[in-house]
Amino acid sequence: MGDVLIGRGDAIPPAEVVDVELYHPHSWITKYVFSQDAKVIALQYSLTALAIGLVALVLSWLMRLQLGFPGVFSFIDPSQYLQYITMHGMIMVIYLLTALFLGGFGNYLIPLMVGARDMVFPYVNMLSYWVYLLAVLVLVASFFVPGGPTGAGWTLYPPQAILPGTPGHEWGIILMLVSLIIFIIGFTMGGLNYVVTVLQARTRGMTLMRMPLTVWGIFTATVLALLAFPALFVACVMMLFDRVLGTSFFIPALVSMGEQLKYGGGSPILFQHLFWFFGHPEVYIVALPAFGIVSDLIATHARRNIFGYRMMVWAIVAIGALSFVVWAHHMYVSGMNPWFGFFFATTTLVIAVPTAIKVYNWVLTLWRGDIHLTVPMLFALAFIVTFVNGGLTGLFLGNVVVDVPLSDTMFVVAHFHMVMGVAPILVIFGAIYHWYPKITGRMWNEALAKFHFWITFLGAYAIFFPMHYLGLLGMPRRYHDIGQTSFIPESAHTLNAFISIVALIVGVAQMVFLFNMFWSLRHGRKADGNPWRATTLEWQTPETPPGHGNWGKELPVVYRWAYDYNVPGADQDFIPQNQPPTPRPA
Amino acid sequence: MAIALALVLVAIGSVVFHFASPWWWTPIASNWGYIDGTLIITFWITGAVFVAVVLFMAYCVLRFRHRTGNQALYEPENKRLEWWLTVATALGVAAMLAPGLVVWQQFITVPEDATEVEIVGRQWSWSFRLPGKDGKLGTSDIRYVDADNPLGLTPDDPNARDDIVIDGGDLHLQIGKPVKVLLRSLDVLHDFYVPEFRGKMDMVPGSVTYFWMTPTRTGNFDILCAELCGVGHPQMRGQVVVAEEAAYQAWLEKQKTFAELSGRPGPQKASYTPASP
Repeated sequence: MGDVLIGRGDAIPPAEVVDVELYHPHSWITKYVFSQDAKVIALQYSLTALAIGLVALVLSWLMRLQLGFPGVFSFIDPSQYLQYITMHGMIMVIYLLTALFLGGFGNYLIPLMVGARDMVFPYVNMLSYWVYLLAVLVLVASFFVPGGPTGAGWTLYPPQAILPGTPGHEWGIILMLVSLIIFIIGFTMGGLNYVVTVLQARTRGMTLMRMPLTVWGIFTATVLALLAFPALFVACVMMLFDRVLGTSFFIPALVSMGEQLKYGGGSPILFQHLFWFFGHPEVYIVALPAFGIVSDLIATHARRNIFGYRMMVWAIVAIGALSFVVWAHHMYVSGMNPWFGFFFATTTLVIAVPTAIKVYNWVLTLWRGDIHLTVPMLFALAFIVTFVNGGLTGLFLGNVVVDVPLSDTMFVVAHFHMVMGVAPILVIFGAIYHWYPKITGRMWNEALAKFHFWITFLGAYAIFFPMHYLGLLGMPRRYHDIGQTSFIPESAHTLNAFISIVALIVGVAQMVFLFNMFWSLRHGRKADGNPWRATTLEWQTPETPPGHGNWGKELPVVYRWAYDYNVPGADQDFIPQNQPPTPRPA
Repeated sequence: MAIALALVLVAIGSVVFHFASPWWWTPIASNWGYIDGTLIITFWITGAVFVAVVLFMAYCVLRFRHRTGNQALYEPENKRLEWWLTVATALGVAAMLAPGLVVWQQFITVPEDATEVEIVGRQWSWSFRLPGKDGKLGTSDIRYVDADNPLGLTPDDPNARDDIVIDGGDLHLQIGKPVKVLLRSLDVLHDFYVPEFRGKMDMVPGSVTYFWMTPTRTGNFDILCAELCGVGHPQMRGQVVVAEEAAYQAWLEKQKTFAELSGRPGPQKASYTPASP
């Protein structure tokens, strides 16, 4: 790429940095608890997200026990089953994936990768985490209120979410809505920070088109989130009013359990529009950071420039923009005007084009690379497989008429788990293994990491690939027990039992991951500052782990893009972004 | 190395599973064979792409894995290749979208001669209503719902009096006759779902939704609810009986009208021969 050098090829002189006394923390509390250091906040976000994620994991075990062996586990009743699916879904999508990618990876990587000392509003950043923690606690509290958490499904569709007949319609739904409202407030504080930091705090020479794709992915996802979450926010407030104050935003006149209720005139479909106007961009809020991170993992470990960088950036931006005009593909059979089907099917299938470009560019980066099969690379490869699989089944569900028989079946469950569950989580694992040495200064145990990889990749595929066929068969989702039907053969129950067993094995394998992470903190081999020989700035910090302020006295200066691997004529197989060009011979 | 093998296994295993596993859609019982056709086209195109991408990755991992002395090619962009792939992808997408939209046009265009049936959902059972002799469904309002009038028909609407109300029985349909299924809910969202018909649609309190189809196979089919409607969701079952004309008429003879059920004056016999088309 012609962008390796600036100007006439002369090195930029380092900026004179005035020696400012940074606001360094002076006590344990300000350093580790009420910290304003983005890196500490990142770890707080990540650990909280993983902790609540463990709750979601346990809920998934309970669901699979019920589905694989209906009637065997008498402690699971139909209400509880609905509570499990609801809480599992909401935790995974919002409190784990969104929080971990943006609050976790965003906080850690943005300042380091763009060469900033910290986020631009450190205090607001700190507040963002504590508000997030409050949201999580309110969510957890709903397990302990009378009636338990809401069992309305993670989509919380009214009127059912707030009426008798649905578990948790008394208190659970109120806490869920309040928790989401708090989450969005907290996220907005963090999100504004990430966007302003990327736009305003990049170091000298770090042009937008030199940013690593990780930053592009997280940045674009944050912009999406700032635009999409308000729709969920108002939907939650309106439903809360419907539930608590008796307004009728979403509730028409109806007869519930034989009783005429006082509601009248509201529209249940309005909620669905608001929910999915948030909900579809949400898919990309999770996916775009994964796209960005996996691009950097592949380039670094295949020792090759990411193929088609500019196309990759534009694909991220195009996907982000298109993601706001596809939401009603979740509503093809909702009873909305059927003419919308033409528009939303077209926009949805158009989004496949920039997405496919990204996939091609990942595999073309592998092609003629020098592929090191490290653990992060293995996870990146597994991501491509599961993402391509899940993305392609999206073409079934996006194509309005094909969606009709498949919607609300296990096909949908298999699809979205593959594409926004398994695939991004594989990237999270790859990313944790990749950046762990920078964050902790230690290497993890490779044998355990590989064991974790194999079980997770092959197991997750074995869970979700066959599940599509249960949906094709017509098995509906959100049934705790399919019972007797004329069209589901006995063999389908065997398949369900198989899926459950694999799911439990994969679930237990995650404990190996946790063990490895904690054990290696103390016992891992000491890592040097740049163990993967990567080009991006976070690997060029003076200290590992980086200290408060990241860069010591002098900010780095950037001279080149993030993908100078195996540049012909260079004396090593990577050139860090902050390495000045050698002066041209006159 | 192991990963290259695993990738090949995933690609081939998925294809083998697709063709060899016993799990496939239920035999169709409506005119929506075109939906199945579009689904098959989608399977072929997406299946080919999946296998190609995964096998290509396996090849790359095997061929370009790190060995001492390897050097990666430094090639930031290749405009020709990128455009070529973009255009090929766009064509593949169009090949799925175009038939899909054509079939969708058919799906939402109800034929003139379709007869109307109403299906009403509530937690957690199905009720049905057929137009009486006049061939018209009467109006309804949620405020009229009570024990005698479970579907909330307008008591003084003459069109409603001869309507046939089936509360707690099966839905009967005549083979080969297109029906417009009008869907209504009394409480929360439900979804009328018969896997063999391929069509499905949510039932939304406060509005009437619809889809249409022509039953093409006689027999009894399960009705399931496909939109979460509370704890009884999986138990919300019903039956559709698709019958030949004679059997259908014989069944119709025995049904009661709204007037009869609610003790209001009006037609007392349900049987009728539909007016000439």
